[in-house]
Amino acid sequence: MNKELFKPQGLIQKADRRQFLKMGSLTVAGAGLLLMGCNDDDRMPSMPGMVNLGSGDVGILNYAYALEQLEAGFYAEVMKGSYFANANAEEKTIMGDLEKHERAHREFFKVALGANAITELEFDFSSIDFGNRNAVLAAAKTFEDLGVAAYNGAGQFLTNADLLLIAGKIVSVEARHAAAIRDLINPNSVDFAGDDLIDANGLERTLNFQQVLTAASTFVKNEIDFSQLPS
Amino acid sequence: MNLMKLLDTICPDTKDAESKDRFYSRRDAFRQFGDFGKKVALAAVPLSVLNAIPQIAKADTATLINVLNYALTLEHLEYRYYQLGLDAGVVVAAERPIIQKIRDHELAHVRFLTEVIANVLNGTPVAEPAFDFTAGGNFSPFSDYPTFLALAQAFEDTGVRAYKGQAANVMESDVVLTAALSIHSVEARHASMIRRLRTKKGQDMVKGWITGNSIGTLPAAAAGIYAGEENLTHAGVNVSTLTGIDAAGVSEAWDEPLSMQAVLGIAGLFLKSSN
Repeated sequence: MNKELFKPQGLIQKADRRQFLKMGSLTVAGAGLLLMGCNDDDRMPSMPGMVNLGSGDVGILNYAYALEQLEAGFYAEVMKGSYFANANAEEKTIMGDLEKHERAHREFFKVALGANAITELEFDFSSIDFGNRNAVLAAAKTFEDLGVAAYNGAGQFLTNADLLLIAGKIVSVEARHAAAIRDLINPNSVDFAGDDLIDANGLERTLNFQQVLTAASTFVKNEIDFSQLPS
Repeated sequence: MNLMKLLDTICPDTKDAESKDRFYSRRDAFRQFGDFGKKVALAAVPLSVLNAIPQIAKADTATLINVLNYALTLEHLEYRYYQLGLDAGVVVAAERPIIQKIRDHELAHVRFLTEVIANVLNGTPVAEPAFDFTAGGNFSPFSDYPTFLALAQAFEDTGVRAYKGQAANVMESDVVLTAALSIHSVEARHASMIRRLRTKKGQDMVKGWITGNSIGTLPAAAAGIYAGEENLTHAGVNVSTLTGIDAAGVSEAWDEPLSMQAVLGIAGLFLKSSN
């Protein structure tokens, strides 16, 4: 709907960032109203509703819940595809484990958030060929690396130490996944912790809400309003 | 612990304006800090970082220094271990690039933590201790490759738990917390790779993730490294009961923290008694 709203962060002057984020929510809301008034606009067929992650620690948990929904949804599709059906024993075990782990994460956040949980998101994985090993592994790599960078970037915004610990317990498992997937793609190489992710100080990249949700938006049908998240 | 009770106690809007300003200034400082870190080692820390950090109360700064010196001790151990292994020629040629990459990361962590402790927090970085990687003659990691990889797994999985266990103690500083998280996930990537490498080589059956509290084929002394990893309950929710997913799978999906005391007990096995 409004990808132009989500400009790359580098284009936004630093001093204006908080202001931008505040304006962002208003603009997004306005766009939603406009669309409601345009029922005959066939560019937006059956658009699922806007999802507001909320604010504070609840908002961060909903952000994590959204990402876990995405990952769990992806592996559920992997299980149904012909790549998985024909995969070797090692890769079947790994994909089966990842499906279980991400489903466990998703269901945990759903129950933990209770009435504060966002709705179940709708996904479009049609760009991924689930019969093609390379395509499935490439997508898995994208999702796992994205999850790690998202948790690493969001940790600083949690105010509750117990929630921070829970996020920490999950992010290292996502990193274990990411390393394994990368090793399946390029076995026994150094890609498991590649220079594309890890800088000269040995620090893994972090991504902010906007970067993560923009990347995820390729696969998520719902428009996600993250404007109330801490900044 | 009930998560919703926790959430009820969270009042992000009650921070007074002054503390909010400090909060944001630290966060802005980190952004510069992060950009900077990509370019070079921290030879010169941006003035904004130096100005922002001292606004943390002195007691908190002392805690940060203490925690980072603890992390630095573990990074010293890991770096020295891999370097000695590479020097000894115990690593097979095909896998040297993997071990070199891990060694490079551990050395970068040593340098990074040293710089942050000394130049950002104005503390004194701990010197590298003298190590005994035979643990009193019990192991031969530098002449036996399976032992080398087994201890590497033990150190990496311990490192992941150690960083996780300190998250709450550094959360006052966005700079330090984010840096610690960004090291933590790198250690987890190392752990996954070493674990899977061992299994691919027929030395173990472990996966990249930790199943229950299994030590696989590691020596019995490794039990403390995996104690507690069998946990299924988070924020009061037993996730296996909730989802019907088997205990093995749920235990794999969450890594558990380890206290400083427990970690130092493990690391202490590899310190020369003269330390």
